[in-house]
Amino acid sequence: MNKVIAKEQLAEEVYRMRVHAPLIAEERRPGQFVIVQQDTDYGERIPLTIADADTDEGSITLIFQSVGKSTHKLAELEPGDAINNVVGPLGKPTHIENFGTAVCVGGGIGAAPLYPIAQALKEAGNHLTVIIGARNAELMILEDEMRAIADELIVCTDDGSHGRKALVTEPLKEVCERDPRPDLAVAIGPPVMMKFCAGTTRPYEVPTVVSLNTIMIDGTGMCGGCRVTVGGETRFVCVDGPEFDGHQVDFDNMIQRLGTYKPLEDDEHEQCHLEMAARDKEQSRNESS
Amino acid sequence: MAIPPQTIPEQDPAVRRHNMNEVALGYTEEQARLEAMRCLKCKNAPCIEGCPVRIDIPGFVSAIAEGDDDRAAQILKRNSLLPAVCGRVCPQETQCQEHCTVGKALKDRDQAVAIGKLERFAADREREHNGGAIPGIQPDTGKKVAIIGTGPASITVAADVRREGHAVTMLEAFHKPGGVMIYGIPEFRLPNDIVEAEIEGLRRMGVEIKTNFVVGRTRKLKDLIEKDGYDAVFVGTGAGLPRFMNIEGENLVGVYSANEYLTRSNLMRAYERDRADTPILESKQVAVLGGGNVAMDAARSAFRLGAEEVHLIYRRTEKEMPARVEEVAHAKEEGVEFHVLQNAKRILGDEHGRVKAIECLRYELGEPDDSGRRRPVAIEGSEFTIDVDTVVVAIGNSSNPLISQTTPELKVNRWGNIEVDEDNRSSMDRVYAGGDIVLGAATVILAMGEGRRAAEAINAQLRDEG
Ligand SMILES: Cc1cc2nc3c(=O)[nH]c(=O)nc-3n(C[C@H](O)[C@H](O)[C@H](O)COP(=O)(O)OP(=O)(O)OC[C@H]3O[C@@H](n4cnc5c(N)ncnc54)[C@H](O)[C@@H]3O)c2cc1C
Ligand SMILES: Cc1cc2nc3c(=O)[nH]c(=O)nc-3n(C[C@H](O)[C@H](O)[C@H](O)COP(=O)(O)OP(=O)(O)OC[C@H]3O[C@@H](n4cnc5c(N)ncnc54)[C@H](O)[C@@H]3O)c2cc1C
Ligand code: SF4
Ligand code: SF4
Ligand code: FES
Repeated sequence: MNKVIAKEQLAEEVYRMRVHAPLIAEERRPGQFVIVQQDTDYGERIPLTIADADTDEGSITLIFQSVGKSTHKLAELEPGDAINNVVGPLGKPTHIENFGTAVCVGGGIGAAPLYPIAQALKEAGNHLTVIIGARNAELMILEDEMRAIADELIVCTDDGSHGRKALVTEPLKEVCERDPRPDLAVAIGPPVMMKFCAGTTRPYEVPTVVSLNTIMIDGTGMCGGCRVTVGGETRFVCVDGPEFDGHQVDFDNMIQRLGTYKPLEDDEHEQCHLEMAARDKEQSRNESS
Repeated sequence: MAIPPQTIPEQDPAVRRHNMNEVALGYTEEQARLEAMRCLKCKNAPCIEGCPVRIDIPGFVSAIAEGDDDRAAQILKRNSLLPAVCGRVCPQETQCQEHCTVGKALKDRDQAVAIGKLERFAADREREHNGGAIPGIQPDTGKKVAIIGTGPASITVAADVRREGHAVTMLEAFHKPGGVMIYGIPEFRLPNDIVEAEIEGLRRMGVEIKTNFVVGRTRKLKDLIEKDGYDAVFVGTGAGLPRFMNIEGENLVGVYSANEYLTRSNLMRAYERDRADTPILESKQVAVLGGGNVAMDAARSAFRLGAEEVHLIYRRTEKEMPARVEEVAHAKEEGVEFHVLQNAKRILGDEHGRVKAIECLRYELGEPDDSGRRRPVAIEGSEFTIDVDTVVVAIGNSSNPLISQTTPELKVNRWGNIEVDEDNRSSMDRVYAGGDIVLGAATVILAMGEGRRAAEAINAQLRDEG
């Protein structure tokens, strides 16, 4: 049983929750996640990144988007309520060192898992550019937090309601074209966004780390449900990841597997929509440049 | 004069393939007495030689024959902590029953005294009449022991160590204790109640069980000793690393490891589709790859999850199948189609990346291999396909490396199994290990036997340290 200490809404359907978990708070490192389950008999086990931790208070911070059944139920909890099961910290911590210059890209809720990594990169001495993007102004999260740690912050929205009207790949491309090129890119967000970010950095040979959000059960390497193809090999996201070389990940297979339990039509619709939007942008950018 | 072997009542195959209730219903009292009377109480009791934990078989069987079920249960408990479980899942036909004089005399292993079923009878009786009784516990010693995992090896260690008055804490990665007996073996073979009753017994003995605790992540093994002050640690983490075939199409949508398939269905209760939040595909045609207990469980679960056709694909012959004979028979009765001397070559997907068929090759038996079994050899050009929408890979498990990776002091062999001495001591001071993490994927009874030995060594260490 892990008590909810505080909860606040950051954006439409996006919540930040501080949860009592002293052992996890002590052990966790940037890049790691927990698995959360509300009802011990019938609840689903869902992975969520540890966005922050406070060892004095013995708490971890989760930031999540209410997208389906389990995250809806989680969003209903109030301070004083408890989450029945929280297990972690899981996954490999991010490899942090002073690479030189780093560009961190967060799409939508992806800004949450990105934050502790960006913070650690900054602390290690990197020159840090952060790009965060969302569909619209209401969905933008962690802008102030990112501004506080970044040497440079680029904010964009799909509809132009806040910051630049652009997809994150646009400023990412510009940053890659700078001299010197960034030494590292980190991209976290919806799979399609990570796919296109990896596509953007590839021609510039900027090493690109992505954090994959596959479907999981145990999170300890027991079931293989989280497997992805990386460089032609099968890897388990929960123990070999969640971070991988974005240039090696088979995103199309991963996106298909993420849709395993969705009716096909939804899946295709969403996928087409996102890919088309990304391509349109890319095209109009190329034409105008 | 001869009493015929008693057949255990079972649910009708056509009915049971649509429900999760236990298949074998258990002997009636009369049947149990009759079956027990078939035992000749052989002086040399060859059956005991076949039992890994050397249960006094003629002793408990004659107690049943005499109508003294309590005594039968007590005799069982002397050597086995989990008779209700082992009676149900032990591969009896290759252990105790294989050596039984009655079976030998009748030249038919299947006609041996039904030791396992009698064991189950006595254990169930005891639980019903006497459930809740816990063994005496020595006064507190002030020593504490951490046990990693909550499978049969760990349960045995917990009980045996706690009895001596040491404080015991069990650490389990999952949200529910019980190991494979809870997340892997389905309800229709081993009802959860039975395992839960054992766990409850441990709790009443004062064993503390911490779920959601992954050793190696939540806490390092070394820290349990150095920071948390445990006097000894037992590692019983099982063989939880699924093997895949490494064939084309294995990451398509609709390909599961048996671990995932069974965990979704059992632990996460996905078979109760309207209550559980965890989904599982509504498959119509399922292929299961493998020939062990895990494969049988996956194949039979597929029917219970709504499949219309289930194909079991195994590259050797039925004789070499490692599954219990009873599971194979039950699977066939329920309509699983057996494809022996065949193996998957690749899995074919549709334009959405979903499984649509499996391509197989036919095999023939060649020369014997290391295991003494004749090696299956693919027949070139024998490819054919079976239309399926789901594939479950059940070709075995290796040991999960989470602990060994984060504990360099712990010696493992090249398969990742922890190396131990004859007292189940590992290379690391105060650390013991047993069960599947030592043996590779084995059996409940062997895991229990290892637990017994480790517990003895732990108790001796703590006694010596005074
Ligand atoms: C390592 C890791 C870290 C994660 N960190 C975060 C985090 O910090 N904050 C956060 O909001 N989410 C995070 N996710 C995603 C989160 O686990 C899913 O959003 C959640 O499982 C959805 O559960 P649900 O029952 O509410 O929705 P469902 O009903 O299961 O699904 C609703 C929608 O979300 C999609 N979905 C389902 N599972 C996932 C998934 N694993 N990833 C992406 N989309 C999914 C479905 O396809 C569907 O469209 C993380 C995932 C992983 C693997
Ligand atoms: C589907 C299936 C069917 C089977 N059928 C039979 C059968 O009919 N007869 C038979 O005799 N045997 C059968 N077996 C084999 C038998 O179940 C195992 O041999 C036995 O359970 C091994 O016991 P164990 O105590 O070593 O570990 P397990 O039962 O594997 O339990 C290990 C426990 O440790 C936990 N764990 C792992 N890593 C960590 C960690 N780092 N920190 C904390 N906890 C951890 C796991 O979550 C698990 O709960 C079957 C196995 C399967 C999978
Ligand atoms: S524990 Fe297994 S091998 Fe031993 S007597 Fe019972 S059924 Fe037979
Ligand atoms: S070998 Fe068979 S008949 Fe003889 S004691 Fe054992 S169970 Fe009884
Ligand atoms: S979630 Fe089960 S292996 Fe990764």
